[in-house]
Amino acid sequence: MSIEVIGPVVAAMMTAATPLLFAALGELVVEKSGVLNLGVEGMMLGGAVVGFAVTVATGSSTLGFVAGAAAGAVLASLFGLLTLGLLANQVATGLALTLFGVGLSSLVGQGYVGHPIADVPELRIPYLTTLPIIGQPLFGQSLPVYLALAAVPAVHWFLFRTRAGLVLRAVGENHTAAHALGYKVIRIRFLAVLFGGAMSGLAGAYLALDYTPMWAEGMTAGRGWIALALVVFATWKPGRVLAGAWLFGGVTILQLHAQGVGFAVPSQLLSMLPYLATVLVLVLISRDVTRIRLNAPASLGKIFYPD
Amino acid sequence: MSMIRLEPRGQASPLWVYGAPLLAVALTLASGFVLFWAMGFNPVAALRAFFVEPLTSARGIGELVVKATPLTLCAVGLAVGFRANVWNIGAEGQLTLGAITGGGLALAFYGEGGWWLLPLMVLGGIAGGMAWAAIPAFLRTRFNASEILTSLMLTYVALLLLSYLVHGPYRDPDGFAFPESRLFEEAATLPVLVTGTRVHLGALFALAAVAGCWVLIARTFIGFQIRVIGLTPAAAGYAGFKEKKIIWLTLLLSGGLSGLAGLGEVAGPIGQIVPTVSPGYGFTAIIVAFLGRLHPLGIVLAALLMALSFIGGEAAQIGLGLPKAITGVFQGMLLFFLLGSDVLIRYRVRIGARKTVSQGATA
Repeated sequence: MSIEVIGPVVAAMMTAATPLLFAALGELVVEKSGVLNLGVEGMMLGGAVVGFAVTVATGSSTLGFVAGAAAGAVLASLFGLLTLGLLANQVATGLALTLFGVGLSSLVGQGYVGHPIADVPELRIPYLTTLPIIGQPLFGQSLPVYLALAAVPAVHWFLFRTRAGLVLRAVGENHTAAHALGYKVIRIRFLAVLFGGAMSGLAGAYLALDYTPMWAEGMTAGRGWIALALVVFATWKPGRVLAGAWLFGGVTILQLHAQGVGFAVPSQLLSMLPYLATVLVLVLISRDVTRIRLNAPASLGKIFYPD
Repeated sequence: MSMIRLEPRGQASPLWVYGAPLLAVALTLASGFVLFWAMGFNPVAALRAFFVEPLTSARGIGELVVKATPLTLCAVGLAVGFRANVWNIGAEGQLTLGAITGGGLALAFYGEGGWWLLPLMVLGGIAGGMAWAAIPAFLRTRFNASEILTSLMLTYVALLLLSYLVHGPYRDPDGFAFPESRLFEEAATLPVLVTGTRVHLGALFALAAVAGCWVLIARTFIGFQIRVIGLTPAAAGYAGFKEKKIIWLTLLLSGGLSGLAGLGEVAGPIGQIVPTVSPGYGFTAIIVAFLGRLHPLGIVLAALLMALSFIGGEAAQIGLGLPKAITGVFQGMLLFFLLGSDVLIRYRVRIGARKTVSQGATA
């Protein structure tokens, strides 16, 4: 690999990591509040199709991103209503949300298959993009890529440096104690779930509006599930989500490049790599039971009924 | 205090255990009515085309059984795992592997088949599904990795593997480069049970699986352990039940049955190996398992209802020009409503503020 291609490859890796970053950071906040939402894939698809449709209708990708986030939050509110309001099993409800999101998005999106859209505005800083190696990755990306990067310290700051973040973590660690202290467990969790939905919606909108850019049925191709695995991989720490997302972005781009240069391995086998890599990192991190137990929110997935 | 609140029942309501699925179906139909109306279709005609017309012919009822067969096979196995809190959601991948291994035997012995070929394919399909489910079982018991995520990741891998095979080694040598295998010969095809329909031997496999899983859960010590682990993991630990053994057993069981379902598709209604073996039976089976209350007999009824949603979706697509994706919307809605309705099993819905019992106010 010659030195000139490093810049574009790193830039491509960062774009491939962006949807994972949005979705995983959102889910991280949800899980920190003690809720396990397995519906990320469904909410991403919802955000993708609504974001795409709104962009086609208005010609504005900014409105598309806003609408995508809103769609994700609406789907998440269904999950919140069922699991927090009606005390439904979180695993089953998350699966239902994914199945529902897959069906609903292909229903809404059928008129938009193969539809062209305008480009997402790029933040191109003059002269700096021509810098060797770092020029394109650092200064030639579209806005959402920077937004996702900025979300990493923002989520970290919120969770570990603000009072609201402390309360959210307390609710996730021990909902009974938090309730006894007078915190509104259900309201806090519902807000976290909405935030997770909006972030998943943004992730989907980014895929449909900028990364691909087009709408196709099931276009998230398991990225919602990979994002869920990233949260475990990151042991619920925002900074490590970034490392994990770049790792997966790297694997994705490498296998695409290998397919592009006609590597003597069938394309389907190369396409398996991101999924196999997910399994691998999940195994590497999960086998340390103590580390998982120390870092996982203690009330994760447990139903809360206020006495 | 909010106006609507939940009040715990002393014990689970037997009425709502069975009433909740009926309520969920009713709510789904009502939502379907609104959805069709909002999309500009005549809702009565659309619901009729979806849920009634497929049942008005012998062929339609046959198709119902054909589609309920893989759903039942996948769901009874999954339900045993769900009872033990083992969340295998990769039945679609295990089904695909069953089609790859069992169907691969049909291709390997093409032109040399005898009476032994079908039993061999059945065993091959079961083994393929079991092997695929053994990976999450191993990773969970040895490395503590979530079977939810690993079984789902392996589904994507299985679908890509199938795609590779039908574009490569499995492709019909006389097929003009279409990504399809040869048509299976007679000796490699499951016999049709009812002439004039496509109902095949797999339906009996499904019934046998239902009976077997019922005996396992309701009448054996293993089944007792599965139920205890699911309800109170701590008690199971004190009783000395081996959780790892149960994880292996439930994953191998559901994987094997899903593999059998996949073999049943390629050796039954499809008759060859194609890039898409299943329209998502493995995922829909998750809904079937919950709708059937994780009970083998309930699962048969739920599988028939979900099969109807597949056939109705096809019929409404052809007859009314409705999009095919509507099937998935109906299935997702049904599961949502069911999970919501289930709250009635353990809680009463009370309207109005909580009555506070003031001390001494007995008069």
